[in-house]
Amino acid sequence: MDPRSAVPIAVRGLRKTYGPVRALDDVDLDVRSGEFLTLLGPSGSGKTTLLMVLAGFIRPDQGSLKFGAEEVIRLAPHKRDIGMVFQNYALFPHMDVAANVAYPLKLRGVRAPEAARRVEAVLQTVQLAGYGARRVDQLSGGQRQRVALARAIVFEPRIVLMDEPLSALDKQLREHMQIELRQLHNQLGTTTIYVTHDQREALTMSDRIAVINGGRIMQLDTPQAIYERPANRFVAEFIGESTLLKVTIAGDRCECAGQVLRVAQARAAPGSAVLMLRPERLRILGATEAGTAPESGQNWLQAQVTNVVYQGDSVLVQARLADGSSVNARGVAGRDTLAALPQPGQPVHFGFSVADTVVLADGA
Amino acid sequence: MNWLRRPASPTQITHGQRLWLYALAALVLAFLVVPTLIVIPMSFSGSQYLEFPPREWSLRWYRSYFASPAWMQATATSFQAGALTTLLATPLGTMAAYGLFVSRSRWAHVIHVLMITPIIVPVILVAIAVFYVYVKVKLVNSLAGLVLAHSMLALPLVMMMVTSALKSFDMNQEMVARSLGASRTQAFFSVTLPQIRFAVIGSALLSFLTSFDEVVLSMFVSGGSNSTLTRNMFLALRDQIDPTIAAISTLMIVVTTTLLVLSQCFGRAGGDD
Amino acid sequence: MGPEVVALAPHAAGLRRDEQVERWALLGLSAPALVLVLVTMIAPVAWLFGLSFLADDGSWSLEHYRRMVEQPSYARTFGVTFKVSLMTTALCILAGYPLAYVMSQLPRRVATLCMLGVLLPFWTSLLVRTYAWLVLLQRQGLINEWGMALSWWDEPLALVHNLTGTLIGMVHIMLPFLVLPVLGAMRAIDADYLKAAANLGASPSRAFWSVFFPLSFPGLLAGTLIVFILCLGFYVTPAVLGGGKVIMVSNHIANDIELFFNWGAASALGAVLLVLTLAFLLLAHRLLRLDKVLGGGHGL
Repeated sequence: MDPRSAVPIAVRGLRKTYGPVRALDDVDLDVRSGEFLTLLGPSGSGKTTLLMVLAGFIRPDQGSLKFGAEEVIRLAPHKRDIGMVFQNYALFPHMDVAANVAYPLKLRGVRAPEAARRVEAVLQTVQLAGYGARRVDQLSGGQRQRVALARAIVFEPRIVLMDEPLSALDKQLREHMQIELRQLHNQLGTTTIYVTHDQREALTMSDRIAVINGGRIMQLDTPQAIYERPANRFVAEFIGESTLLKVTIAGDRCECAGQVLRVAQARAAPGSAVLMLRPERLRILGATEAGTAPESGQNWLQAQVTNVVYQGDSVLVQARLADGSSVNARGVAGRDTLAALPQPGQPVHFGFSVADTVVLADGA
Repeated sequence: MNWLRRPASPTQITHGQRLWLYALAALVLAFLVVPTLIVIPMSFSGSQYLEFPPREWSLRWYRSYFASPAWMQATATSFQAGALTTLLATPLGTMAAYGLFVSRSRWAHVIHVLMITPIIVPVILVAIAVFYVYVKVKLVNSLAGLVLAHSMLALPLVMMMVTSALKSFDMNQEMVARSLGASRTQAFFSVTLPQIRFAVIGSALLSFLTSFDEVVLSMFVSGGSNSTLTRNMFLALRDQIDPTIAAISTLMIVVTTTLLVLSQCFGRAGGDD
Repeated sequence: MGPEVVALAPHAAGLRRDEQVERWALLGLSAPALVLVLVTMIAPVAWLFGLSFLADDGSWSLEHYRRMVEQPSYARTFGVTFKVSLMTTALCILAGYPLAYVMSQLPRRVATLCMLGVLLPFWTSLLVRTYAWLVLLQRQGLINEWGMALSWWDEPLALVHNLTGTLIGMVHIMLPFLVLPVLGAMRAIDADYLKAAANLGASPSRAFWSVFFPLSFPGLLAGTLIVFILCLGFYVTPAVLGGGKVIMVSNHIANDIELFFNWGAASALGAVLLVLTLAFLLLAHRLLRLDKVLGGGHGL
């Protein structure tokens, strides 16, 4: 695919209500040309609704949708030049693999010899060369998914939409396909919108992630930014594990359960807030280190251990602060760590970098 | 005979204790099957009265049937009516079933109920009502009028069969086809229809049978040169027992059974797909 | 609409229009069929309904309904109709339930054969079967011939052109309509329930009446109602096998038209038949829904 023919997508003011429920709440979104953007959210968040509006199968109450310079919001699905891959593949059982993949070409009037050539080429791209004569029911799940993919890209659409295409596959195959899909995207350069509820998948594959909840985009950012600097409580809790502590904040210091911590984002107006810490960014301090004051750029936090959970490749230490709020720390289960684990009931000192603190609005 | 002492059910009752039940069931089954089939051998009896078993075997009643212009005319009418009913009811019913199935409108449910009414209303009422209207619009005793009325009776059956097939069809395929560039119509004909074709064919056969076997409506609405086979048979039955009817009945059983076996074959093939 | 308003609700009006167009287009697919049904059935039947309220001189009147109440022939007709329907239904239950039970207990292949035996008459033309009974039951017919040959009776019995013949014919037609739903319900009964009953000490007949029968009841109820409702409006069999002596509502209607050209009387009677049919259908709808709920709630 010629990277020049990839188009950006511009969504403005998309609204869709079903009775009292706002499935899409005035959504604005800009997708860059050739980008791999993931719509990530729990079920019922509106991510599939948004995808279906992009495809043209759900008509919004209002809004504008542009593919490049073309307004497509009122365009019928079959005229939008999109390729779609569904969760259940939806291959046509009454046609063989080659006929399935050739279907969109036939619709576009591509002559049989030319179509056959392109079908074989795309089957090779998805590593199913020579499978043309197979019947659909002779294929495994992973193979069917690749045929569905081939069918969706053979006519070089300007946009590719994928609705949880890997969720029906088992874990190992899924992780393998995630990498394959990403490589395919790099090769083709088509603007791709990918829907999933699996955050790991989103973090692995995307250029940018749009976290969606309640019909609204909670944050649109690169995977790293989403993980390390969540913009609100929902994103912080949805992505990765997190410890959330209620604090009172003033300037660049906050107070929590009687302890004072320094934060990276200073607040002008004092008030209450929520401090987010990632468990893997907390380390357990040895006795000597705990006795000295933290260096600048570091915070010490004292707590009492409630539980220690061995989880194979890592260890989870659950602790409680004086005011009852819980703090979790996760460490790689190396030999030294395992040897020096605290016991439930013992006091423990956690250390973490000021740069790893995230301040969120209270109640967000 | 020790199977008589073996337990027949989880409650340990033996076959021997239930023998009377098996006898009763066999009797009822015989009651159902024998009269249905007995006409067949009787139609070959050579004497004036139908006998079983026939003392002499003969084809005289068949000859009488094929030689009679009235019976032949009626047979031709019935086949014509059946064919035309099939041609009218099947596409109309399939379109309606599909349209109502994919429609999200509240009216779809109302229309669906209205379409089922021909099965619910007692056919005698429909017959006289249609007769009344046909007299006024001069459609009585016409093939067109007959076909319209029979198609109305066949429509609910076509709709039920096609709707049932659509329910077990994965509509996602149509969505995919449309995303790949097919309009709704193209998607229906290239993806959906091939996969529900067995239900459509089955309902076509059923439409033919509905028209072919139909008695009451044909009584009132067909007549003269457009009288159906069933109408002539019914009138003949009320007046006297013409043994020719035995021959006609046999032929009807053959036609009906053949078509039904065919529709079952299609139905099973569709199910195995 | 000014540009500010358009910007506030972009494309809202156009999208709404698109939605309407699609909605009507899809409904439109059913239009030809709907028109056919409206024109050939609903309109004529409604017309007929209205006709029942018109006196012979064209004015609005209830005289047809009044005549129905006053003249004894109508009461007789309704009496016969209900009598025949109830008797047919009862006979179908007595003959059909045991058959269905045996079929539900048989191994697959034998059961399929029996099923063919039930479906064969079901599919065979109504007229053909009625004719067969006419031939079998007449004075010189097979039944009388064999009965007298076996010395079971001396004089040929009057088995046809009367109530007896009608009942026999109607039971034959209606039996599959009862057997099929009952069989369906029976096939769905889990054999484990009966095993449990036996383990708890129930005798075979106790297990049947307290476990099997209640679980098969919804199917039996469905079949019973279907048979009864069909019997109410039945025409062909009473006409052929009744010999003019069994006048059910549908026969009465046909006679009013064919013999007396009395459209007023026929339409009034037809209206009553329609209302009765719909009433029983509604009852069936309620009962069967209710029973599904109750049947499901039978904790065992």
